[in-house]
Amino acid sequence: MQKLVQIPLNQTVYIQEIQCKENVKRRLLDLGLIQGTKIKPIFKSPLGDPIAYEIRGTLISIRNEEANRIIVKTR
Amino acid sequence: MGLTVKSMGSQIFSKENKQKYQYQIAIAGNPNVGKSTIFNALTGMKQHTGNWPGKTVENTTGICTFHKDNYLLVDIPGTYSLMSNSEEEEIARNYLCFTSIDATVVIVDATCLERSLNLVEQIMEITPNVIVCVNLLDEAKKKKIEINLKQLENLLGVPVVGTIAKKKNTLHTLMQTIEKTVKTKQKQKANVIQYSQEIEEVILNIQNKLVYDDSQTNLQKRWCALKILDGDEKIIQTIEEKKQIKIRNNEQLQTYLQNLRKEKKFQKQYMRDEIICTVVKQTEKIAKEVVTFHKENYQNKGRKIDKIITSKIWGIPIMLVFLAIILWITIVGANYPSQALSMFFEKIQEYLKTWANAWAMPTWLQGIAIDGIYQTVTWIIAVMLPPMAIFFPLFTLLEDLGVLPRIAFNLDKCFQKVCSSGKQALTMCMGLGCNAAGVIGAKIMDTPKEKLLAIVTNSFMPCNGRFPFLITISTIFIGGYVTNGLQSIVAAIVVLAIILLGIAFTFIISKILSKTIIKGNSSHFILELPPYRKPQIGKILIRSILDRTLFVLGRAIAVAAPAGAVIWLLANIMIGDSSILSFIANFLDPFAKLMGLDGYILTAFILGLPANEIVLPIILMSYLGKGTLVSLENSYTIGEILIQNGWTILTAVNVMLFTLLHFPCSTTLLTIKKETGKWRWSILAFLMPTICGIVICMLTTAIYHIIV
Repeated sequence: MQKLVQIPLNQTVYIQEIQCKENVKRRLLDLGLIQGTKIKPIFKSPLGDPIAYEIRGTLISIRNEEANRIIVKTR
Repeated sequence: MGLTVKSMGSQIFSKENKQKYQYQIAIAGNPNVGKSTIFNALTGMKQHTGNWPGKTVENTTGICTFHKDNYLLVDIPGTYSLMSNSEEEEIARNYLCFTSIDATVVIVDATCLERSLNLVEQIMEITPNVIVCVNLLDEAKKKKIEINLKQLENLLGVPVVGTIAKKKNTLHTLMQTIEKTVKTKQKQKANVIQYSQEIEEVILNIQNKLVYDDSQTNLQKRWCALKILDGDEKIIQTIEEKKQIKIRNNEQLQTYLQNLRKEKKFQKQYMRDEIICTVVKQTEKIAKEVVTFHKENYQNKGRKIDKIITSKIWGIPIMLVFLAIILWITIVGANYPSQALSMFFEKIQEYLKTWANAWAMPTWLQGIAIDGIYQTVTWIIAVMLPPMAIFFPLFTLLEDLGVLPRIAFNLDKCFQKVCSSGKQALTMCMGLGCNAAGVIGAKIMDTPKEKLLAIVTNSFMPCNGRFPFLITISTIFIGGYVTNGLQSIVAAIVVLAIILLGIAFTFIISKILSKTIIKGNSSHFILELPPYRKPQIGKILIRSILDRTLFVLGRAIAVAAPAGAVIWLLANIMIGDSSILSFIANFLDPFAKLMGLDGYILTAFILGLPANEIVLPIILMSYLGKGTLVSLENSYTIGEILIQNGWTILTAVNVMLFTLLHFPCSTTLLTIKKETGKWRWSILAFLMPTICGIVICMLTTAIYHIIV
C-alpha cells in the first residue's frame, strides 16, 4: 500500500482511495480525482511541502498532510 | 450589425437597470479560463482580470447590446464545481439556482477541456439553457490540442461555440448563439448525466414527492432531488427559503429518505462519491471523444520555469528579489512625476488664491476651501498617484503571468504552521497595494477561519498610502549614511525590511489568533497552478491605471476632502495662544514620548485615520506652526525641519515602526465590517496592530535609552 506522498517526482501512479477529511475529499473529487485517475508529482515547493501534481492536464498543489492520506497504486 | 458595447457599473437589482435590459445571461466557468476577459470584451467594462484562481469574488454585471437588444451579463465567480462549500461556489450556485436567468454561458478552457466539463455537466443539471463557450482556442492551437466542437455539441446536447477572446468575430458568434437560445421559447434538451439505474429510480421517487412546478423556474426538480439525495444541508435550507418548497417538513419525503438511508450505499457520503464519480467518468468519456493531443509534453516550457521559481535554493530569494525590484522601480520612478504634479498644483493654488482675493472671499472660507480641502486633496494626488500608477501595473504584470499562485505555493508551508494557507500570501500582496483591497480579496480563502485571519491581519502589510512616508523617512535618516547614488537602493532595502517585519507580525498574530479567538478547522491547500500566459502589456497599463489606481485614488480623495477641512479648522481655531491641534498634541506628548515619538507625530497619526498619506504633511504643518499642510518635495528640507524639531534616528525608526503597526485607515475598517458583517472584527483589526505598535515602540525606546 503506497501513499501519494511517497511517490518520487515524475512517476505516474493511479488513485486507489482518498482517505482525507470530507471537505478535502470533495475538493479533490471536484478536480476529477477519482479512483483510477492518473496522477504524477511534478515539483516540490522550496520547503518540500506542498507538492504540485499533474492531474488531468493541469497542475494542482496538494499538501503532504493530504497526500499522506491518498492511497495510490502503480498498476 | 455591429457588436456595440456599452459599459455600466451596476447592481443587479437596481431599478434603473431593470428597465434597460431584456435578457439576463450568467457567465460561469472554472477559474483562469478567461471568463473575465470575455465578459470585458462583451460589455466593455473594465473589470480587472488576473491569472490566478478566485479572481472574481462577487457577481459583476455589465450590459451588452446586440441587435438592438440589451443583455445583462453577470460574471459569476469562477469555480470548479458547484458542490463544495467555499464562498465563491456558494455565490455562483445560488445565483444560478435562484435568479431568473435566460441563459447561462459556461466558459471552458480548451487546453484542459476535461476538467472544465465537470462544471458544464453540473450546470446543465441546474438549468437546461446552457451555452458552452470553448475559450483559449489560440493557446490550445499552440499546444497542438485539437477539439472537435461539433462532436462536443452532439454529446452535450447544448450549443457549443469556440472563442478566442482577442478576436471579435468569435465573440460575435457567441452573441448570435446567445440570441438564438434566449429567443427560442422552448427549453433546450441538454444531455444530463445518467446515473446508475437504482439511483435514477430513487431520483424519480424523490422528484415525485416534491410539490412544485419547475417549468417556470430555473430550479430543475431533478437537481433538487439530487441535492436532497446527497444531503447537502446548506442548499436544502436555501431552497426551502427561496422557493418555499417543503423539504425537511415534508413527512412523506423524510420517511422515504429514512428508509432509504438504512442501506449503506444510499447514505449521504456514499451517495456524494457515487454522484461525483459518475460525473467525472462521463466527462472523461466525452473528453476522450472530442480532444486530440498532437504533441506530447506540451507543457514542458512552463514546467522548466516552475522548477526554477519553486526550487529549494532559488524559490524564496527569487520572490524577494522580484518584490525588491518592484519596490525600487516604484520608488525611483515616482519621484519625478510626483514633483511635477505638486509644482503644477501649487501654481493652480496661487491662481485660486488670487481669484479668491479678487472676489473678496472671506478668509475663513478661503482657508477651509483652498488651504484645507484643495491642498489636502492635491497633496494626496501628487504623492499617491505616481507610485500607484507604477506599482499596480507591475503587480498586475505578475498577476497576468501567473506568478502569484506560485508565490502562494512557495509560502504555503509557513502559513500551514500558523493554521492558515498559502492563499493568504495573495491577499497580503494585494494589501501591499491597498489594505481595503486585501480585505475584499480574502474571499478566496477556503474556510471562514482562514478568511477572518487574512482579514484582520491584512493591515500588517504596509499599503500604498504608507509607502511614500516610509520611503521619505528611510531616505532621510538611513539613506543619509550613504552616498547619493545609493540612497534609493538603501531606501528600497529598508522598506523591504519593514515589509518582512510586517510578514513576521502577520505570522505571529495569526498563530496567536488561531489558537485563541479565531478557532476552527484548518484547511487544505488544493490550488491550481495555472499555465504561464503572455501578459497583454497595453491592456495591463490601461486596466490597472483605470481600475485600481483611479479607484483607490478616488476613495482616498473622498475621505481626504472632509479631513482636509477638519484639519484646517483644528490648526486654525485658537484657544488662547495655541491652536486646537497643538492643544491635543501637548496633551498626548507625555505618552508619545514614552513611545519615542512626540505629541505632534501621534496627533498626525490619529488625524491620518481617513488616509495614511496625510500623516507627514500634518507633521510638517504642525512643526512649521502653519495653518496649512506643508508639501515639501525636497527630502533634504524635510530632513532639516524634522531634525530641528528633535528627530533622532530613534524617532525615525519608531515612526517607521508605528507606520507599519497602527490602525488601518477608515476605509479598510469599513470594508472589514462589510466583509465580515460584524463590527467586532473591525475593532480587533483596529486594536491589535495599534497595541503591537505601542508596545514595540516603547520597547525600542527603552532599549535605546539603556544603550545610549
